[in-house]
Amino acid sequence: MASYITGRLLLTVPVLVGVSVLVFLILHLTPGNPALVVAGPDAPPDVVREVEHTLGLDQPLYVQYGKYVLRLIHGDLGRSVRSHEPVLRQLLTTLPVTITLALVGVALTVAVSVPVGIVAAYNRNSPLDLATICAVLAASAMPVFAVGLILLWIFAITLRWFPLSGYAPLTTVDGWRHIALPAVTVSSGAVALLARLTRSSMLETLHQDYVRTARAKGLWEPGVVVRHAFRNALLPVITIVGLQFGFLLSGAVVTESIFSLPGMGRLLVDAILGRDFPVVQGAVLMLALTFVLTNLLVDIAYAAVDPRVRYA
Amino acid sequence: MSEALARSIAAPGYRAPTLWRRLGRSWQVRIGAAVVAALGLVVLVTPAVAPYDPAQPNVQDRFQGPSRAHPLGTDDLGRDLLSRILYGSRISLAIGVIAVGIAFTGGVAFGLFAGFYPRLDNLIMRSMDVLLAFPGLLLAIAILGALGPSLTNAMIAVGIASIPSFVRITRSAVLAVRSQEYVEASRALGVRDAHILVRHVLPNISPAVIVTTTLSMANAILAASVLSFLGLGAQPPTPEWGAMVFVAKNYLGFAPHIALFPILAIFVTVLGFNFLGDGLRDALDPRLSRL
Repeated sequence: MASYITGRLLLTVPVLVGVSVLVFLILHLTPGNPALVVAGPDAPPDVVREVEHTLGLDQPLYVQYGKYVLRLIHGDLGRSVRSHEPVLRQLLTTLPVTITLALVGVALTVAVSVPVGIVAAYNRNSPLDLATICAVLAASAMPVFAVGLILLWIFAITLRWFPLSGYAPLTTVDGWRHIALPAVTVSSGAVALLARLTRSSMLETLHQDYVRTARAKGLWEPGVVVRHAFRNALLPVITIVGLQFGFLLSGAVVTESIFSLPGMGRLLVDAILGRDFPVVQGAVLMLALTFVLTNLLVDIAYAAVDPRVRYA
Repeated sequence: MSEALARSIAAPGYRAPTLWRRLGRSWQVRIGAAVVAALGLVVLVTPAVAPYDPAQPNVQDRFQGPSRAHPLGTDDLGRDLLSRILYGSRISLAIGVIAVGIAFTGGVAFGLFAGFYPRLDNLIMRSMDVLLAFPGLLLAIAILGALGPSLTNAMIAVGIASIPSFVRITRSAVLAVRSQEYVEASRALGVRDAHILVRHVLPNISPAVIVTTTLSMANAILAASVLSFLGLGAQPPTPEWGAMVFVAKNYLGFAPHIALFPILAIFVTVLGFNFLGDGLRDALDPRLSRL
């Protein structure tokens, strides 16, 4: 297991280097002079030069990248060109909101889709099965913002069951009321996908010989379904849960904008609109890192659950 | 093979169903093709049938619900929603075509090279790993962070973000075709690689590429609408569906129809392309449904 984890960690290094290059290039892919974009089209030349110096644009590209990596290693992501606050501080303030939203979203996804998938597979061609298939089709064509706005309209504006916007820590009841609609929004697509996957994975295992043997032995039926069939259907489910975490992160960008949550997604969108390059770079880097590390953890969990993966 | 099937195939006069017949039998293809054809028709006839100028404000008619004069109502500036949605179909289809065009060109080229030349495979696929380190929408947002918010940049961003999926599908299809005898025979005859790629490999991987292209159209339209909703793509007053919802969210309390109709337009369009893509996949290559 240790050698598997080491190998997997080593494979992550080139990806992280590639991510750092891409994030570094965000500033340099800007059409025209990024310093002029930041300073404004009417800025005097000395102000533009000062911005160039602040952003390090007055040095050769390889020097800029080298310094960028060195700063990253020291945890220095630069300063916002708008608020002049350290980017890392802004990210650390907003990251918990985004991670909380994504984690509650994942928990909700698993809590809803896994039982629905199991029951749908067990009752194949039943109304529930049909409803699952329809929900998957609908969710695949519905943008995240549409789900969010419809929920907002029904439950916050019309029924007034939940607050319109804002955020509070989950240690309070108010925090759960604030996160409820955003969590349902962010997990809407993932719930449908995971339910379909659980269903198809369960359909395969329910017809395996070991399930038939367990039934023939007279074991309790729910035990057969959960302990024999579901445990073996779990592997693809884990993969998709991990992958969905990344997609929930990008869904969080949209959801935070709808529900005015002070998360990293909203920070990123505001930074793009305000052409605040250091914040854009920092937020993209942080979200990509979270995604890469989640995938790493999923792979390790995968190997822990199924020994065949370790020896493959 | 079941006995009954074997008997029917062996029976005189048996003809394997043609591709068109298989496509015609699929309800998904029929619904998807109907929606996409209707969208194409709407795009063509919009200037002739749209009842109003989509950009013309009329402050006296603000926030009107559906009526005979305005079948889908009016928006915050009194503009006719039906006309804006009809014109929006042209923008959405253009987004799909341009973004998928970028993804297709880049993705198929890189996928062909990665699959055909083992030396390039590692370089190209590791580069794709870096792009895949970003969830698709986040990559598009990151690219817009560099290029700046606009509709054109949103198309480019969505196109680039879709390249990895084209590369992966094309590469795996090329890997399957590369070792086929007809490719080896062409090589043995001294045929140039470019000729083999264009004349032998490309036609044989086309089912996989056609399916990916159709499904990518749906994803591109969806992603571009999300970017516009965030204010990063089409900017108001452009009648792009996502941008229309971006404006409409401020009036959800008393005029929800301004948001609901563009959402419905996005939903039906994306569902149409998804149905068509899924149906084509099942008809052209059932093995792909397991990818």
